[in-house]
Amino acid sequence: MKPILQLQGVSKKFRINHESEPYLSLRERLSRGFSMKKNQLEDYWALQDVTFDVQPGDSVGIVGKNGAGKSTLLKILSKITPPTSGTIVCRGRIASLLEVGTGFHPELTGRENIFLNGSILGMRKIEIQSRFDEIVDFAETERFLDVPLKHYSSGMQLRLAFAVAAFLEPEILVIDEVLAVGDAEFQKKCLGKMEEVSRRGRTVLFVSHSMTTVQSLCTKCVYLEKGRSSGVLTVHEGVRKYLAGSHNLHTGHQQFDEPGAPSRAARLTEAKILNVQGKSTSELLTCEDFFVQLTWENLDGVRITPSIELVNYDGVKLFWSGDTQVDWDGSGKTERGPYISTVKIPANFLKAGEYSFVLGLYTQSPYQYHHLILSALHCSVVDPMDDRCLARGQMSTQFEKFMLLPALEWSNIKV
Amino acid sequence: MEEKSEYYIEIKPRNTFSLNLKELIEYKELFYFFTWRDIKVKYKQTVLGFLWAILQPILLMAIFTVFIGRSFAIPTGDIKYPVFVFSGLILWLVFSSGLANAGNSMVSNAQMIKKIYFPRLIIPVSAILVAVFDFLMAFLVFIPILIFYKQPVDVPQALIWWPLGLLLTVIATFGPGCWLAALNVKYRDFRYVIPFLVQVLLFVTPVIYPLSILKNKWLEFLVALNPMYAAITIFRIPLSPTVPDPLLVTISIFSSLLLLLVGLGYFRRTEMYFADLS
Repeated sequence: MKPILQLQGVSKKFRINHESEPYLSLRERLSRGFSMKKNQLEDYWALQDVTFDVQPGDSVGIVGKNGAGKSTLLKILSKITPPTSGTIVCRGRIASLLEVGTGFHPELTGRENIFLNGSILGMRKIEIQSRFDEIVDFAETERFLDVPLKHYSSGMQLRLAFAVAAFLEPEILVIDEVLAVGDAEFQKKCLGKMEEVSRRGRTVLFVSHSMTTVQSLCTKCVYLEKGRSSGVLTVHEGVRKYLAGSHNLHTGHQQFDEPGAPSRAARLTEAKILNVQGKSTSELLTCEDFFVQLTWENLDGVRITPSIELVNYDGVKLFWSGDTQVDWDGSGKTERGPYISTVKIPANFLKAGEYSFVLGLYTQSPYQYHHLILSALHCSVVDPMDDRCLARGQMSTQFEKFMLLPALEWSNIKV
Repeated sequence: MEEKSEYYIEIKPRNTFSLNLKELIEYKELFYFFTWRDIKVKYKQTVLGFLWAILQPILLMAIFTVFIGRSFAIPTGDIKYPVFVFSGLILWLVFSSGLANAGNSMVSNAQMIKKIYFPRLIIPVSAILVAVFDFLMAFLVFIPILIFYKQPVDVPQALIWWPLGLLLTVIATFGPGCWLAALNVKYRDFRYVIPFLVQVLLFVTPVIYPLSILKNKWLEFLVALNPMYAAITIFRIPLSPTVPDPLLVTISIFSSLLLLLVGLGYFRRTEMYFADLS
């Protein structure tokens, strides 16, 4: 079978004009005598030699950090902007959803906007008419159909916008993170709709920052970094690359040297994350235990308690844990000298995601922190999506609403 | 699925210049939807609604008749001055508002251009079609005005020349409109140029005076370069037995077609980069 989409060495160059706005005023043009000084322009390659094939029916996640060129790639695929070089061959109609509600007009009613938006997205009037009831049903906005859009809540506008887009029927659908909006209930509905679309054999290209969504929706993955593509990978490889790439700056291992630091009663010298094999890493699996190991020094001979806090990607502090046992090895950690403290985070407890740790050394009484390091350690926990996930079991739902996903002990008695 | 897999497009750095009519026809409904949107939005929340399309030429006619027609005694031949002005004005308003709408259309729809693909030409064309809609409204008043001023009209001739006059107006608006739309994306100066241009052009177009008052052959040739000259002159043919100078009309039509070519060409050449510029 021929690939439905073939990208051959696609590159896109932008000219960055450091002096002024991207558009020119005629005065500037005239005063420069139609020859721009070259040194004011800088070439920026948003995409370089991107080559990959997409087979019919694939749903491909395009992942990469901000500025990796994802949006540019989508824009080229949607014909919004031409590539600087390279060719793309498509063997099907492409519809793109780079934003929901493109072309919505606040003065027009919901009904009118459905027609306008549908038509901008490339639907025929007859198509829209025949699916009109379904669209309205999906958007849950029947009562407001003849009210101008400006009186809609933003949530309602969004629902309406997505509903129109959801009923597009092209062979290739290109989507940019439109799901990242709306309330949880509606997000679920959208995800369901998208799964349905890809299951019906449509080819979907999906750009997202949410690895869980990519994992649940996509069968293939393309990882972009600084405008270069990895080629088509499995979802697992792609997600791993993304997570590895996003932690270039910080690792699962940190050393803290602070010459000339203020005098403290205790200080942290090293911290690392260890996986179940005892290897220092920042990539972990939800189904395996892992350890945080702190190396620290007691300088004053007071009683010291090491502690950690776990913070998720949204900055929510999930929990705090300190070594509150008073008489650890009888010394109470009161002797001067170096210590190594290790804390175990149990398997099947965290859900897949990215986390950072706050590390601390404190004295319980009088309560005082001697050393506190915010977001020193970073790790990503990946769901292997197989039967090792005790907490999730057979369920493929992503539990977006919850912070933790612990496998707790259940007991059942038939009565 | 079989026949759909025939579908094949290639996205390449720069397509060779072509109007790509096939694609425009594929998107024909969008012309309708954009025009319909602009008309709806234009008259929504206005008390008088579509009456505005009629009021504007009527008020202008009254002003020109009182202040210019009466004070200067302009020789308009067999056509009564108010009729002369009104017939010129309704076409002129298509040109002037079409030019203004089209010129700003790409910039005001920039958000959409950046997010979705459709043939960009639809935007300025729809903007001009809105002005044509206003013309049709105003035309409904044109007939009563003809009757009120007891203006003799050669009806069979009118059936030929009036539609042709409108067509020439649309063509005359189309070229400069697309050109300005594209230029405005690149050079925002044109936002200020357009209103000024429209104002100046009114005085070099025979809307409120006939070309004959110039009394200078060369000046007449110069004014005939104005694409609107032919449109308005042809539109007035059924109102008067005097035959207009065919040379001047031909010059004007050629100028109009030339502008159409240049405007469309420039638009097509730059449209691929609109999303990068706007």
